[in-house]
Amino acid sequence: MSSQAINSSVTLATRPFSMDKLNGGQKLAIHYFTVAMILFIAQLLFGLLAGMQYLMPDFLYNTLDFNVNRMVHINAMIVWMLYGFIGSIYWFLEDESGVEIVGLKLGKIAFWVLTVAVTIVVLVYLLVQTGSGTERSIWLINEGREYIEAPRWADIGIVAVMLVFFYNVAATFSKGKWSGIAGVLTLDLIALAGLYIAGMFYTTNISVDQYWWWWVIHLWVEATWEVLVGCIMAWSLMTLLGVRRKIVQTWLYIEVALMFGSGILGLGHHYFWIGTPEYWLTIGGFFSALEPIPLVAMVVHSIYDSGVHHFKTRNHPAFAWIIAHAFGNFFGAGVWGFMHTLPQINLYTHGTQWSASHGHLAFFGAYATINIAFFYLAVQKMRDDCWMGGNMPDNGWKWKAAMVLLNLGVVGMTVALLIAGYEQSFIERAVEGSSWGGYFAAQSHPWFIQAMTWRMVFGVMTFIGGILLFWDLLTIGKTEPRTAEVASQ
Amino acid sequence: MNENHPVWASENFWKKVAVWVTAGSFVVLIFLTFDSMSQITAGGSRVPAYSVINKKVTYRFDKNKNRYQPVILDQDEPLFGQMLDEKQAYELINLGKLTIQAKNCMNCHTLLGNGAYYAPDLTKAWLDQGWGTSASREALMLQFLQNPEKYARTYGTNRKMPQLGITEQEAKGIIAYLKWMSTIDTNGFPHNFAAIDAEED
Repeated sequence: MSSQAINSSVTLATRPFSMDKLNGGQKLAIHYFTVAMILFIAQLLFGLLAGMQYLMPDFLYNTLDFNVNRMVHINAMIVWMLYGFIGSIYWFLEDESGVEIVGLKLGKIAFWVLTVAVTIVVLVYLLVQTGSGTERSIWLINEGREYIEAPRWADIGIVAVMLVFFYNVAATFSKGKWSGIAGVLTLDLIALAGLYIAGMFYTTNISVDQYWWWWVIHLWVEATWEVLVGCIMAWSLMTLLGVRRKIVQTWLYIEVALMFGSGILGLGHHYFWIGTPEYWLTIGGFFSALEPIPLVAMVVHSIYDSGVHHFKTRNHPAFAWIIAHAFGNFFGAGVWGFMHTLPQINLYTHGTQWSASHGHLAFFGAYATINIAFFYLAVQKMRDDCWMGGNMPDNGWKWKAAMVLLNLGVVGMTVALLIAGYEQSFIERAVEGSSWGGYFAAQSHPWFIQAMTWRMVFGVMTFIGGILLFWDLLTIGKTEPRTAEVASQ
Repeated sequence: MNENHPVWASENFWKKVAVWVTAGSFVVLIFLTFDSMSQITAGGSRVPAYSVINKKVTYRFDKNKNRYQPVILDQDEPLFGQMLDEKQAYELINLGKLTIQAKNCMNCHTLLGNGAYYAPDLTKAWLDQGWGTSASREALMLQFLQNPEKYARTYGTNRKMPQLGITEQEAKGIIAYLKWMSTIDTNGFPHNFAAIDAEED
């Protein structure tokens, strides 16, 4: 049966945060989730600063320039999502394997090493910002490659921490029991860690540089990250709705086949214009056009399973964010990606605000959502398994409002950026032929400025949603008298 | 539930499909990577050798290919008046690349269309008509890169490049890098771009 019902016989005035019910992995996960949430707020804050500079170019000029704000914005995003994923996996590792985590102490050390490293990297980004044209700058300050700007010393630290994480996952499943989810997850983590190494060398040749850079970026976010969230989603559906393992695992394999079948060669849609051979136009166009298919599969099965189980769940905020993930992933990564993936249109849209539009909806829809779902699972357990629904003492207004503000804010930014992207594609690219004069003609066009103004409005909305989410995570369930029924499958 | 479901609905079937599809796709990618690398190595068929910066280069519509194409003209145009051998050219361009990374250019500009969208694309910046004529170009670029605030080129937007402390030698490296990058065959990206001195060609 599904797990949802509430037990009104337990009445508590307040439920303080408590780690008593958490297993070792879950305690470690709380550390990861805390840093993730702080970095999420940092991401939103630096996004606001960068967005403001489009409207007021003098704002923080020569102090915190756009390149610094934008770098912190996208790096905070990548890192908080990784923290969220690692936390989510530690969250269910002991339940899924049936044994205690093998190297929990090592995992804790790795967490602190990573967190200290991230702090130093961010401080150097903000205080040192740039260096001279030497390899030393790349090792110590900033690698200057979008998304993987972290200096080389930090890269080595990240790989070491990922190896500890991988060891904990693989060794714990080996000691306990393997499952379909465990197998897919372990193999996916090998790929995920291995791919990062493809971005860890310097080369003069920009075509070679970008070729391998895309191995990291694309094969992370459009392949291995997608499979990772597929695993997390599979476990979530079992936990939240009580879906049978055989069903979620069969879907997981289907998704892996479709995801890697389209995504690995779909990498070619980044090889249209970087100097790589012409055959990538055909291969990249064809396979990347197939990339939305696994995302449709994810929507279909999550919604179907939800219907079968009558949407009965013990944690409504988490479940609502899981559904937001299914749709956000499909629209953000799938539809918004497909819209400009064919080379015939990408010739004009490549390197315009189209990419920013797609990026905002895809990262939020595919990855922010599912991490937020896990934050709610975690606080529920820390509140002694309290009931979490729409009829909480304060009507759950905070989780509902945070959800509306975050989703509406990101969708609003996405649409505004899409309009800016259309305008840029027409005026800068098609008409003016991508010259500098054409670029600025497009940037000063009223349509562009209006779009950027609306992006700012929705950016502020997203930020308020983020703050509200933070507040809700700290307070939800505190005065909830009812205890949620323990999940059963 | 009936466990005698057809093969296509079984967990085991999809497990095998997932393994074979993933492995197959990866093998194809490896094969294409070797082929691509052979073509995009500097001096290969699509990415010219670094000493191309000794030549006059442009970007024209190719009627046969029906797209724009970089053209290396049979005319010397040494950068800063100095012919460089392949090693010297590499060293200058390498300094440019290191500077471009260390100054975090990619978080405002795009290079080959990749990066951020706060400042113009640099793919064909060397050939941009914004520099006036090829005679004035080198001096203007040097001046601009070393003091972008004073010599700001904002086209009325007030969006200025920040002061990044670029030295004269680093600026020369960046310019060499931009000239070399403009000769990479990018399959017609950007489209409809009118190169500097185009009317002379």
